[in-house]
Amino acid sequence: MSQPISGPPPMPVTDWLSAQWDDACALDPRGDARPDGGFDDLIAAERKIEPRDQMPSGYRETLIRQLGQHAHSEVVGMQPEAHWIPRAPTLHRKAVLLAKVQDEAGHGLYLYAAAETLGATREDMLAALLAGRQGYLSFINYPTLTWADTAALAWLTDGAAIVNQVPLCQTSYGPYARAMLRVCREESFHHRQGFDSLWVMMRGTAAQREMAADAVARWWYPALAMFGPPDARSTHSAQSMAWRIKRFSNDELRQRFVDVCVPQAELLGVTLPDPAMRWNAERRHYDFTPPDFGELTQVIRGHGPCNRQRLEHRRQVHEEGRWVREAAAEYARKHAMRNGGQDGT
Amino acid sequence: MADRTGHEVNETDSARPEQDWPLWEVFVRPHRGLAHTHAGSLHAPDACLALRNARDLFTRRSEGISLWVVPSAAITAVSPDEKDPFFAPAGDKAYRHPTFYDVPEGADHL
Amino acid sequence: MTGSGYLLSLGDDALIAAQRMTQWCASAPELEEDIALANIALDLLGQARALLSYAGAREGAGRDEDALAFLRDPEEFGNVQLVELPNGDFAVTIAKLLFFSVYQELLYDGLLRSRDSALAGIAGKAVKECAYHVDHAVCWTLRLGDGTAQSHARMSRAVDIIWPYTHALFIADAATAAQAACGVGVDPATLRAPWLDRVRPVFTEAGLDLPEGDWVPLHGRRGEHTESFGLLLTQMQALHRAYPGARW
Repeated sequence: MSQPISGPPPMPVTDWLSAQWDDACALDPRGDARPDGGFDDLIAAERKIEPRDQMPSGYRETLIRQLGQHAHSEVVGMQPEAHWIPRAPTLHRKAVLLAKVQDEAGHGLYLYAAAETLGATREDMLAALLAGRQGYLSFINYPTLTWADTAALAWLTDGAAIVNQVPLCQTSYGPYARAMLRVCREESFHHRQGFDSLWVMMRGTAAQREMAADAVARWWYPALAMFGPPDARSTHSAQSMAWRIKRFSNDELRQRFVDVCVPQAELLGVTLPDPAMRWNAERRHYDFTPPDFGELTQVIRGHGPCNRQRLEHRRQVHEEGRWVREAAAEYARKHAMRNGGQDGT
Repeated sequence: MADRTGHEVNETDSARPEQDWPLWEVFVRPHRGLAHTHAGSLHAPDACLALRNARDLFTRRSEGISLWVVPSAAITAVSPDEKDPFFAPAGDKAYRHPTFYDVPEGADHL
Repeated sequence: MTGSGYLLSLGDDALIAAQRMTQWCASAPELEEDIALANIALDLLGQARALLSYAGAREGAGRDEDALAFLRDPEEFGNVQLVELPNGDFAVTIAKLLFFSVYQELLYDGLLRSRDSALAGIAGKAVKECAYHVDHAVCWTLRLGDGTAQSHARMSRAVDIIWPYTHALFIADAATAAQAACGVGVDPATLRAPWLDRVRPVFTEAGLDLPEGDWVPLHGRRGEHTESFGLLLTQMQALHRAYPGARW
């Protein structure tokens, strides 16, 4: 009774996504044998920019902002799931969710580390987050109200994250690309376990199916909104694309995500809450209703259901941990002095 | 004065704890026979916790059989774009400082 | 020969300790510590699942790990009170972890020689995990005890709060004594001396005082619970119980 129902078939994934991943893994980071040029030459040749390279200040600032927001998303994103770990309905699901949230902390660390190669510090980025100068993905500001939310969240938002992150494995900044490779390898487990969890619920009791359907209906549009405003309204995109930080536009990635999700939804037996969703044979993509970008703007500005709660939790945890961090620092100082500078283990 | 994200900070702000949990670079040798590879970085107050944090962060999926942690400040580096073509000891620069065309003082970059 | 009750008491210790540790997720003093505590929680949860599953098999009444974890009432749980105490601040959590992990490491080391080979196998994996838990707890006990004045005060207070609950770890009830006598289990009374030998030097180095006296709360024996235990179980079990027979 603790084992899931005989496993779901392999998840359908589009050729586009598979191709992106194959490209990222095949990329020889050494590039070709031509000598390194300046920044512009490196970008044009699809070479990597590394921490001590010459770079425009705007490139550095854009990356710090993007890396910071990506890292904050991982860390703050732990909150909607963490409170379900003690309440998981089986020991297996408890372990899986705990491992997933632990991975997210690790992803945050990889990304903060990448930002730090550009001279930003973790403390400064946290201060920027708490002051509202750096943000995090908007979906995190919605509440996880039922157990099925953890599954829908994983299937939809981790699925969207994969569509966003696999292309980022080929972003121009070396440390960011390398962090993305590591993150993507771990993220597939998160996405898969969300799909599995929904699969089992949709084949369970009527109450479970209702819970799952309700969760999917509430998380679909927040997941779609993860890809940001439509291209026409995205102010930073053009420069990001020119610097090859960003590899595909918001609209293109959003379309790719929809194309990935629809066959998966059919397999699961869940209905996506969009009556306009249908295959367009001419475009060879699914037509869909875009998310409410007005709502996205409101949420980004701090008016979502959980913004204040998420930030307050982050602030409080950091404050409450201060005495611990200071104790460890003081211990290290005392022992460095006692050992004449030897930092023993 | 501006912090490194460009935000104005009060000089009398309380002590900066991150200076007391300095940055460490982590190197992992994934298999016997291979060399150590740079895996990333983390913050820790001393080598003991750095090593343990590195184990938790980088070898959760049994990804390595040997770990090194090195304070980032201890790494001396040189890059191919230095003027000296022979990588002579011009390597007195700190490992992590990027160079860029201009940094407007005091500007809020975020 | 191996009693399911004995296995359950070991499994319940690990399960409830894991449950408390998961409450630090997204709340630890630093991100690196969040990962470390989650690792420890995952290890303990793994031990619990192995022990509970085996207990269910020995019992032979068709109860698996989830039936045992989610469908027993508070009075049927055989864990010690130490593991069910609330997390408190980080110092309280570290004090609990230190005392419990040193005990577990000694216990599992003894169980390596159990006449029950399945139990010895579980112990073989667990003893390595517990060595890491001890290491982590010792690292932090030293840093909190010998850190700042504030951390020292908090750690001293934590030790005073937790210490009275350690005695129950070393009391053998009739069932445990019988298991030890037939070579399956370990007599916990034999663990107290080596436990003290392991803990005392850590305290000395950390500048902490080992509490005096053997005060034990009344009704503090294994299987007898505190007020907070009911709340813990309610949180842990409610969802599972709300959907009887459901698969997840």
